[in-house]
Amino acid sequence: MRLVDAAMIPPVLVELAQQFGALSFLTIGGVNAIIPEIHRRVVDIEHWLTDVEFAQAFAISQASPGPNMLIVSVIGWKVYGFLGALVATVAICLPTSVFTYAVSHVWNRFRDAPLRAAIQRGLAPVTVGLVLASGYVLARSADETWVAYAITAVTAVLALATRVHPLWFLVTAAALGAFGVH
Amino acid sequence: MSEFSSPQEPAGVSSSDLFLGFLKVGVSGFGGVMPFARRMLVEERHWMTEREFTELLSLSQFLPGPNIINMSIIVGSRYQGPLGSLAACLGLMLMPFLIVLALAALYARFDALSAVRDATAAVSSAATGLVVAMGLKMARPLAGTAWQVAIVVLGFVALALLRVPLLWALAVLAPLAVACAWWTRR
Repeated sequence: MRLVDAAMIPPVLVELAQQFGALSFLTIGGVNAIIPEIHRRVVDIEHWLTDVEFAQAFAISQASPGPNMLIVSVIGWKVYGFLGALVATVAICLPTSVFTYAVSHVWNRFRDAPLRAAIQRGLAPVTVGLVLASGYVLARSADETWVAYAITAVTAVLALATRVHPLWFLVTAAALGAFGVH
Repeated sequence: MSEFSSPQEPAGVSSSDLFLGFLKVGVSGFGGVMPFARRMLVEERHWMTEREFTELLSLSQFLPGPNIINMSIIVGSRYQGPLGSLAACLGLMLMPFLIVLALAALYARFDALSAVRDATAAVSSAATGLVVAMGLKMARPLAGTAWQVAIVVLGFVALALLRVPLLWALAVLAPLAVACAWWTRR
């Protein structure tokens, strides 16, 4: 790998693969749980994106159909175009996918084991803490005005209290923003 | 082993079925693909029962990695081994990947338009609200258990306020939480 790196592959692609490959095993409960860590690496350490660009990447990924891990693809794209997107996406998916493939065959044998239940029950609050931290970090980087904070708060309350399809919140917000409410 | 190894129709699902089935799931879901995956697997194609789906979901959530990708890997492997996993996962990711890049490219072109910029900023604020709501919804069933609330608060403080690297936070919190669950098991 080292030899190939030195000769052919742009260093930034190797960086992308390393940063997102290292994140792969930390995505317990989905990518929304590791938004603070992605932000720390991509904005604070690597300076690939600014705070505003990070918030934009998040918005673009939320406006697309499919798994919410697509923010990683957008970040890769911003760093090194299509190839960057591909490398970042594969880097975050591949390690856990191989692991999942191996473990799923074993795991079902221990369906009733007490340790398995304890692991599942123990990891639930860890995941919730991570997701709430993601909400906080996103609000701090996405919301610059009090109107922006209000949109976040109203969306959160309505999403909690009603069963409206999430897409409607994004569409409404886009319309408000486009017509100058901000 | 389990139901996973004795599916209803083991021979009926080919790699291209897996690819196409998950392709449809990939383009259906906005902000959450899981409900669409359930519909496809249980209701439309009858690849598994409701109970098998629930078990599949809990396994996909428990394992590291995006839930829906884990699910595609497990379902694919059940029918067609490694090739099935590859087909299902590629099917799931292909269209969303291309669509998100198309959106990013469009955005980069029209970034200068203040309406586009403001609309994106507002979408990002609303999407943040959805993440907050999801966290609070997930927190509800934990509210009655003191140690679970404590873990949620510790995790939030460490990651949101102190900005501790995730790996350190998990290295402390995960074993602590599993130990609490073990001690309080019935």
